[in-house]
Amino acid sequence: MSEIALSVRGLCKSFGSLVVAFDIELNLPAGSRYALIGPNGAGKTTLINLITGMLRPNAGRIVLDGADITGLAPEQRVRRGLVRTFQINALFPHLTALESVTLAVCERTRAVRTFWRKVSAYRHEIDEAYDILAALSLTAVCHRPTRELAYGQQRLLEIALAMAARPKVLLLDEPAAGVPREDSAELFKAIAGLSRDITVLFIEHDMELVFRFASRVIVLVGGRVLVDGTPHEIASDPQVRAVYLGRAMGKVAHG
Amino acid sequence: MISDSGQLTEETVPQESRTSEAHDYLQAQSRWRWPEIVFWLATLLPFVLVPSYLVLAAQIAITALFALSLDLILGFCGIVSLGHAAFFGIGAYTAGLLSKWGFGEPLSGLVMAALAAGVFGYATSFIIARFRHLALIMLTLGLALLLQEIANSASWLTGGSDGLQGVHTWPIFGRFRFDLYGYTAYTYSLALLFIVFLFARRLIHSPFGLALRGIRENAVRMPAIGASTREHIRTVYTIAAAVAGIAGALLTQTTETVSLEVLGFQRSADVLVMLILGGTGRLYGGLIGAAVYMIARDQFSGLNPQYWYFWIGLILIAVVMMLPNGILGGLSLLLRRRETP
Repeated sequence: MSEIALSVRGLCKSFGSLVVAFDIELNLPAGSRYALIGPNGAGKTTLINLITGMLRPNAGRIVLDGADITGLAPEQRVRRGLVRTFQINALFPHLTALESVTLAVCERTRAVRTFWRKVSAYRHEIDEAYDILAALSLTAVCHRPTRELAYGQQRLLEIALAMAARPKVLLLDEPAAGVPREDSAELFKAIAGLSRDITVLFIEHDMELVFRFASRVIVLVGGRVLVDGTPHEIASDPQVRAVYLGRAMGKVAHG
Repeated sequence: MISDSGQLTEETVPQESRTSEAHDYLQAQSRWRWPEIVFWLATLLPFVLVPSYLVLAAQIAITALFALSLDLILGFCGIVSLGHAAFFGIGAYTAGLLSKWGFGEPLSGLVMAALAAGVFGYATSFIIARFRHLALIMLTLGLALLLQEIANSASWLTGGSDGLQGVHTWPIFGRFRFDLYGYTAYTYSLALLFIVFLFARRLIHSPFGLALRGIRENAVRMPAIGASTREHIRTVYTIAAAVAGIAGALLTQTTETVSLEVLGFQRSADVLVMLILGGTGRLYGGLIGAAVYMIARDQFSGLNPQYWYFWIGLILIAVVMMLPNGILGGLSLLLRRRETP
């Protein structure tokens, strides 16, 4: 029996009469690699916003490592190890890659409270930021302002910023969005290479990547969890085929 | 905890050369550059070139300090304030009242003024940190207007519209008297401008300064890296308020009078104009903007005392249209072109 790293219980959210999340139950075992799939508008990003506290749920509870975090602010959740990335690059355009990641490390170590010592005096923080960038092959461009980085590098920097917070649970909102197909496999290899201590939930549309990198898959439709199972179970589930996957599933089943 | 980890870093300097290049690079970011040295040397020129203008020079140094404090919140944090004179005024009245009640020692007057303005800044920062953009402009404006009217109605304390009478500043260190020619006033104001500037420069190169730049760049992203944006904003707003308070106290001490105008909308608007004129987010922008603005005002009002705002308007339009990052933005563009042809 592995421990549950993140658990979502009876989560509900609606905007007026529009229900975006209904009675969602999730249990992510520690170290698992979960894929969250579903058609456009299924509420995938909304679910990540709810879990990370960027949206307040109408009902339900979010439990991280056995502690109820439903009432915490987003940054407090990050400090407890619940970290996300964004579908659209949400970076610091004029900061260099190294400055951005150093900032994120300094936020974690609380060095940001200091205003009387130079950043360059925080050697441990800088080293750690540099190592994170090295693990994602970004050191060659680490002194370039973020806005000058190639798009794929910016996607990697998103992950680097998340890693700087030392996540226990990492929620990746379409990490390969907008990245050419041949590069997105590279990006997922970087994700697959993350420590097994980190529990990962990722949204991805490319079924090939989902089946290659996920140990379990959740299918979300209309704000509800339709199926929660292994990739094999999902591929053979008639309900999933009917509602969402259709032809794409056929391809995988044959391939 | 912070100083503990700070101690640790100095004792165990990493040996690896792979990150030393990164350290060097970040170290170089905060190094002094030659235009900065030229700038500070140039601030000494009035003593030799235009000794009859030292009174104006002192006013410029004080206003530059005020603009610097606005740059900390506007330039580095994106907080647009149209009521920054509130803190300037609190500092001015604190120093004035202390002196009127018989304590005219200038340096402790500055400390008290910084404290008073800082306390008011901290108290209002809880409101400020919750809002952005237009709402902020209105909130800061509203707070300053409230304060001015309170000062106006409390004429038993502030002298109301007649101004505060009976302010007398003791000699600095008990030795240097404030003279009619502004020699002491300029030396004193310039020294304080430089000291506070050093502090601000250190601040923006600190981890806290990096966080401020993060807020300016992408405030929405900050919570996702575990940052409490509001806490950062409260801190910098308090610091900026205290600095504005020092500027206000300097004005009181060097002119030995306080009028309601120190809290006025005009002062808040002027300092915003100066900062935008000079260029925001560069520390020197406010300093250069204050100098250009006040020298222009002095010259134009000499030409025609009634219509000098016409020229200020013209300069403002020209600068904003042609130099979107202010005078300093234009200058640094020129320098970069020369360095990399």
